[in-house]
Amino acid sequence: MDRREALKTMVTLPLLTAAGAGAAAGAPAAEDARFVVEARFYEKMPAKRIRCKLCPRECVIDDHERGYCGVRENRGGTYYSLVYARVCSAHVDPIEKKPLFHFAPGSLAFSIATAGCNVNCKMCQNWEISQARPEQLDSTCIPPQKLAALARESHSVSIAYTYSEPVVFCEYVLDAADAGRAAGVRSVVVSGGYIQDEPLKEMCRRVDAIKIDLKAFSQKFYREIVNGDLPSVLKTLAAIRKYGVWSEIVYLAIPTLNDSDDEFKGLVRWVKTELGPDVPLHFTRFHPDYLLKNLPPTPVPTLERAKAIADAEGLHYVYIGNVPGHPAENTYCPKCRRVLVERAGFTIAALHLDRGKCHFCQQPIPGMWEGMLHL
Amino acid sequence: MPTERKSGTTRRGLLRACLAGALARPAPAQAKSTVVIARDPDNAIDSARLLRLLDRAVQGACGGDSPLEAWKRIVKPGEVVGLKVNCLAGRGSASTSPVLVEAVCERLQQAGIRPGDLVVWDRLDSDLESAGFRPSTHSGRIRYIGNDQAGYESDLATFGEAGSLLSTTLTRTCDAVIGLPVLKDHGIAGVTMALKNFFGAVHNPNKYHSNAGDPYVADVYMLPPIRRKVRLHICDALAPQYEGGPSFMPHWSWPFHGLIASRDPVALDYTGWQIIERKRADKGVPSLRAARREPVYIARAADARHRLGTNDPGLIDRMEI
Repeated sequence: MDRREALKTMVTLPLLTAAGAGAAAGAPAAEDARFVVEARFYEKMPAKRIRCKLCPRECVIDDHERGYCGVRENRGGTYYSLVYARVCSAHVDPIEKKPLFHFAPGSLAFSIATAGCNVNCKMCQNWEISQARPEQLDSTCIPPQKLAALARESHSVSIAYTYSEPVVFCEYVLDAADAGRAAGVRSVVVSGGYIQDEPLKEMCRRVDAIKIDLKAFSQKFYREIVNGDLPSVLKTLAAIRKYGVWSEIVYLAIPTLNDSDDEFKGLVRWVKTELGPDVPLHFTRFHPDYLLKNLPPTPVPTLERAKAIADAEGLHYVYIGNVPGHPAENTYCPKCRRVLVERAGFTIAALHLDRGKCHFCQQPIPGMWEGMLHL
Repeated sequence: MPTERKSGTTRRGLLRACLAGALARPAPAQAKSTVVIARDPDNAIDSARLLRLLDRAVQGACGGDSPLEAWKRIVKPGEVVGLKVNCLAGRGSASTSPVLVEAVCERLQQAGIRPGDLVVWDRLDSDLESAGFRPSTHSGRIRYIGNDQAGYESDLATFGEAGSLLSTTLTRTCDAVIGLPVLKDHGIAGVTMALKNFFGAVHNPNKYHSNAGDPYVADVYMLPPIRRKVRLHICDALAPQYEGGPSFMPHWSWPFHGLIASRDPVALDYTGWQIIERKRADKGVPSLRAARREPVYIARAADARHRLGTNDPGLIDRMEI
């Protein structure tokens, strides 16, 4: 199977071994010790309590209890991840689906997830896995080396940790990224960015790109819709830049909740000031799901309004997402305005980049272009 | 992480849940609620004494000329009756006592419920096992089953801030449910008793502990199958725990030798909370408010939006027997 064929058929991998946990209903399997490893980021407290230091929530957890994420458990005063190599979803996706537009365009990403998430977004499209506990899902064991080998076999340039929230399966991400690097496979993380600095630093040492879902530019939205907080996520974005990892931002525009001109202006000013004009910013279309079924899909003009505000602020790479065929899916040269990457949904129709420069005017285009599709 | 979609829920399911919520019978706001605190006078509990204690508690809470008649006011022959225990803390007095469960099963059978129509349930088979119950689904006998074995519904049930998949033991197997919580401190929510016991009916309780469980405890209890099917709460207060919960910390438990019964979960929780607070004061432990985990979800459950019962001491008929 070549890369193009894989892209065309969007291969959904069957769960890859029979060694995983049982289904949520009917057949709970005995716990598989391979899934359970001591957590890396926590501190012990009196009376067998622990304080999780993975994300800013800092759950204080009693013996036998789990953190907010539902995948980390205190057992007798020692904190464990229950989702090491416990993969509940595995697909070969185009990297454009993440979306990462300045990272090896047209390449494949071997994409995996475990159960769990450290926030609870009311618009989550993957709530069946992100809001579940690991024992409630069918899973399979894919140890780091096996994951790297599967990525290579599927001609994937990268492993993508995605769908749910990689922060909560951090130990697995760190080891798998090491294994991938040793096998010549890169790693990309798709995250809400709700993470403390120490684990983020460890992650940034190992992965090649991070896409952050910036859910809104207001604390009210983060408090009421996400159950998280905005300053922590902004801190993460700034830290990723400081650590030198390629990053892109997605902003899901939701009618009436985070789509005002003022909010868009605040967002793009912050991005330009704190991260610079070259960070790709994707305004994507909301579809009703989970606990936000009462709102309509985002009108395309809303996304165009957001893009116009970002363009006017001077951001160089502003995209519109979840609107297949929209011209703002393409990458344009900020200098000569010619199309550099022409996209149709997740497919690359044309590429005019020469070693990271505009084919027409030689303007350097920021990103990681090695491994991109050659048409 | 919402932008890469995996799947969704039906509008019909949501509509059904909303409609059921609207039709759920609100508790009368001004009716007095009875809470019975039954204690063994000799502070020596065995199976026979526990049965007598249970009789007094249930008859006090439900009325009737005899304990058997009181039980018959709660359940009818032919119904499948679930006993929602709290086994999170494993063996020890911070989990529902198997002796209490045996006593309740005995009385329910005398009230006409067949053994095969009795279901003792909690979140996990392993939780049941660790608390001294043997998971079993033999037909014709009392069943002991965790939600992990029974499974969860695939449609979300929603109310307020709660959005959860409910245990099929609750939704499909049981016609009636009796809550058998434990009187104890909770390190995040302040206390855990009748209302919070039903976190064990949803697939995602970890999402509901922020802000000391407010409004989540009340919102989860509003989910229609919980609100409609739960008929009585009998709180195990044999050896409550005033600090260090929900884990079992024997040095913070004390012999109370009691059961607290009520049909009103809010009144029961309010009463139990006061017992915990008094013990904390006796022991020189800061109040739950001072510890920044006052169980404000109890007041939330009594508010105009929830009306799950009363937390007004003037409307609680507290019977100590």
